[in-house]
This record gives sequence, C-alpha cells and structure tokens, in this order.
Amino acid sequence: MAATDIDVKYVAHLARIGLTPDEEATMSARLAGILGYIEKLKELDVTGVEPTAHAVPMVNVLRPDVVCPSLPHEAALANAPAQANGLFLVPKIVE
Amino acid sequence: MPNALSLNQLSISELTGRLARREISAREITQACLDQIARVDGTVHAFISHNPADALAQADAADRELAAGVTIAQKPLLGIPIAIKDVLAVKDHPLNCGSKILGKFVSPYDATVIEKMRAAGAVIFGRLNMDEFAMGSSTETSAFGITRNPWDPARIPGGSSGGSAAAVAADEAIATLGTDTGGSIRQPAALCGCVGLKPTYGRVSRYGLTAFASSLDQIGPFTKNIEDSARVLGVISGLDPKDSTSVDVPVPDYVAALDGNIRGLKLGVPKEYLIGGLDPEVKASVDAAIQQYLALGAEIVDISLPHTDYAVATYYIVATAEASANLARFDGIRYGQRVDGADPLELYTRTRGAGFGAEVKRRIILGTYVLSSGYYDAYYLRAQKVRTLIRNDFLAAFKQVDAIITPTTPTAAFKIGEKSGDPLQMYLSDIFTISCNLAGISGISLPCGFTTNPKLPIGLQLLGQPFGEATLLKLAHAYEQSTPWHREKPGTLA
Repeated sequence: MAATDIDVKYVAHLARIGLTPDEEATMSARLAGILGYIEKLKELDVTGVEPTAHAVPMVNVLRPDVVCPSLPHEAALANAPAQANGLFLVPKIVE
Repeated sequence: MPNALSLNQLSISELTGRLARREISAREITQACLDQIARVDGTVHAFISHNPADALAQADAADRELAAGVTIAQKPLLGIPIAIKDVLAVKDHPLNCGSKILGKFVSPYDATVIEKMRAAGAVIFGRLNMDEFAMGSSTETSAFGITRNPWDPARIPGGSSGGSAAAVAADEAIATLGTDTGGSIRQPAALCGCVGLKPTYGRVSRYGLTAFASSLDQIGPFTKNIEDSARVLGVISGLDPKDSTSVDVPVPDYVAALDGNIRGLKLGVPKEYLIGGLDPEVKASVDAAIQQYLALGAEIVDISLPHTDYAVATYYIVATAEASANLARFDGIRYGQRVDGADPLELYTRTRGAGFGAEVKRRIILGTYVLSSGYYDAYYLRAQKVRTLIRNDFLAAFKQVDAIITPTTPTAAFKIGEKSGDPLQMYLSDIFTISCNLAGISGISLPCGFTTNPKLPIGLQLLGQPFGEATLLKLAHAYEQSTPWHREKPGTLA
C-alpha cells in the first residue's frame, strides 16, 4: 500500500470535515509527505512487542459511589449555539 | 539604585518575600505586569485577551488576605500574577484553544490546576496565545495571529505554548501555565530563554484541559527560574478524583530538594541526539553544560536510546489518532460556532470545515486515516508497539543514570514563516522533546547559553525518571545557580 493512496475526500468524510477542492489537493500532497515519513516504522521488527496505550497503565480507576455536585443546567447550556426549553437544538433528524 | 528591576521582572521567590515583609502590595505587582503588557504586547502578542479589572480585583483580594495575616507558607502563590494558556478552563473567562471554532465560549468551571492555584492565592489572568488546539511548534497556527519572540520579533517563540513562554520572557507575567504533548512547554521555553517543566504523565490533573492527545498531554509551569518552577509544580501536582489518569504518588517539597548537592548523581548523554541537523552553537552550549555538571560533581555516562529515530513518526500516529477522537466533540451542537445544514451531518461537516484551521484539519484527517479500517494494524497498532520500545529505552537508561541531558531543540528560534509551509520540517523540530511524552517521563528545559549573531537563547533539556521531578529540579537548580544565563533579559523590548 503506497502512502500516496490516501483518499482524502473519503477520510475527510469520515472525520466530518468539509474541504474545498483546493484544500483537498493541498491536503493530499502534504499528507503524502508525512505518510511517506511514517513508513519508516515498518523498518522495525515489532513481533511479540506489547502495544503501549498509556505510559502509566491504570485500569478500573474507581471512586466511591456517592453523588457529587455537577454543572448546573443553565451553565451547561450557556454556550449552546441554539437552545430551547432547556435542550440543545439540532436540525431535524427523523422525518 | 540604577537598573533596579521593576516588580514584573522579579521571581516568585523574590516577590513573595517582599510581600511577606509588606514592602510591596499584590496590586503593585499585578499593575506592573499590566503596564508591561500595555508597553510590549503590541509587538509580542503573547496574550489573546486579558481583563485588567478582574486581575486587579484578585490582587486586591490578595492584599486583604495579607493584611489579615495570611502567610506565604499558607498560600505559596499569594498575590502572584500567573497567566494561562488558552487551552485551560478558567471560570467565566473565554476559552478558545487558539481556534475560531469555539466562538464566544466562556468556561463554566475552573480546571483543577486553576482551583489549586486560586487556593494558593495566585492572581489568575489572561488568555495566552497558542497554536490552534496545541497543534504546532511555532504558534503560527493560532486563529488569533502570531506571537513574536521577545529576543527577536522576526522569529517565532516556539509552540504550541508560545504565548506562555513569550509572556514570561517579556516579563508580562511572573509565571504562566502551558501544556506539553510533544514538547509544547520545553521547546518554547528553550527558544524564549525561560524555564519550562513537563511533569510526568499523571503528576498533574488534566481536568479542565481541552484534550489534544490524552495519553501524552500534561500541564506544566513556565517560570523565570528553577525555584519558581518547583514552587508552582508543588501547588498544581497531585491526585485528582476528576482525572482518573492522575496518579496517587505523594507530592514532595520540591523547593526543599534544591539543596545544590548533586555530587555523584549520574547524567546520561544519549549518542542518538548528535544528529546532523544539530546547530554547532547549540551543540557547543550543551557540551559546555555537560562540562559544568562535571565540575559540579555529577558523573557523565554515555548511554543509548536506540529507538530515538522512530519517535517523531510514532508521535504523529499516536497523537493524531487521539486528536481525531478528542476533537470530534467540536461539532457545533453544544458549544462554539455553528454553520447550519439541512441535517446533522451537513451541520457537522460545514461547522468543522469552517471552524478548524489547516493544521488541525490535517491532523484530524491523518488521525482518522491511521485508525480507519484496513490501516489500524499497519499504523496505529504498530506505533503503539514502537512506543513500548521507546519507553523501554528510557526505563533501561534510568537503571544506569538519574537523568538524561540533551539539547531541547536542534536550533535556536527560527524565523516567522520559515517552516510554516512544510509540516514535516516543523514536526522534526520537536525531535528531542517528543520521546519524553511517549515514554511518560518528566522533562525540563532551562537556559544554557545564547547564539552570537543574532543573540538567541539556547535550551538545555534534562529528562527524568517517572515522578523524578525533585531530582530533575535539583540538577537544574545546581546548574542554573552556577551559570549567568537565567539572569539575561531580552533587550529589544526595553
């Protein structure tokens, strides 16, 4: 798989980012260079190496199950671009 | 007294001493910083915004506490103006992450580091410029304009915490907070000639930090000297129930660790850091620092970090993958700018297309690609495995040495526009700082000299064991106190 095969239009769709045709062209060229550089990781033999997701691995970090204060309703809505009746407004989803 | 330093030029240690003796007021300190901002920030542009009245009101509150008998021992940052990178939530202050997409966002709560600094009496003020969502090494990707290096306004301050570094270097704040995902504290600290500390992953709570790459991000201080760095770190460190990745390791007295006794401590010099692009003046300064450490009684040990050459590639997979997930939240629904569409999908696509800048789009798309079906194993999983190799390099090295000594950056500050057209060259400028985040260890940059023409700061990096900040600060302090570099001030702005 050559690095230059990245389908920017498709990946931008997955990322929900609208690009102009000019942006798509620039993005393809720049990403091809970066992906070409990243190919160097394939030089290494990683057989049997465990992946690291976190440098300080901790699992199942729990706190006591007690109710703590949370953001008041009005504060949570204060930055909303559109709201009504205490809810975030979005475009119609279901016909 | 001729050439007496004004209050905004003094360190936390000096100011708290004078406050305790009631020689000065907190209001005078804050006013001195505000005056300096008025004088120089038109050139430097370290601040996106700041609210003088709010800062002075906090200073007045500190003065009332001092008058009521509150001591510096009780509140170690009482009356000290500390400015904040625009990626950390400060209640009722704007938060933009250097981006257009957050619009008129105002933080509804304080980040944990802000709560802790408020409890310590600090005057929290200003929004410091940064690369958009901390993605960059020069502060040129900010949607709010560039920040200039106080040592040479034709040059970048570094990034992504360029505003945080420039504000300290230009004496616009006594200290600042920044964040470091791949060098974003240490690199700008080096290029602006101040002290920048990246704590061990988990040392400082990330609650209220807008996430870029959650497994790499840490908050840390920019200061005028090492003692101040120790003071701020002591305030902001510790376990936080609101951040499940903060670690329950006791917070030592970092200032008490600065005893100057580094005899017998072992410093490792990794042979892989002698790369082709290393500027001769940078190399000479770091070599001189190594000699200074020998003179101070430390031992120098040659070490190897064999996977160094793979760190930048690994980083740009891991960090972009995490960013693509983290930045999904900026969708125009709950906050920030919205560009309407006929359905939610069109709304998201338009909002994100209009709101994000080129570098952020590039990284989200790269991160989405390396996580996408068919490429995950080849890119993301492989990068996570190489990350293990990089981490193991460091853990092996720390069996031999107490800390590792390197340049912070391969060159001094580059010119505005010099690398902005070539993302890969920009990424490679982080070559010495990136491994530290992948390994989750601690790191600090401190001044170790200047280039000659033009005169630009050079940074020395010390990398320490996980939760080894006390040793790191002790080593940095011993060097600093035996050299003149931290006392130098940029001349162009005076």
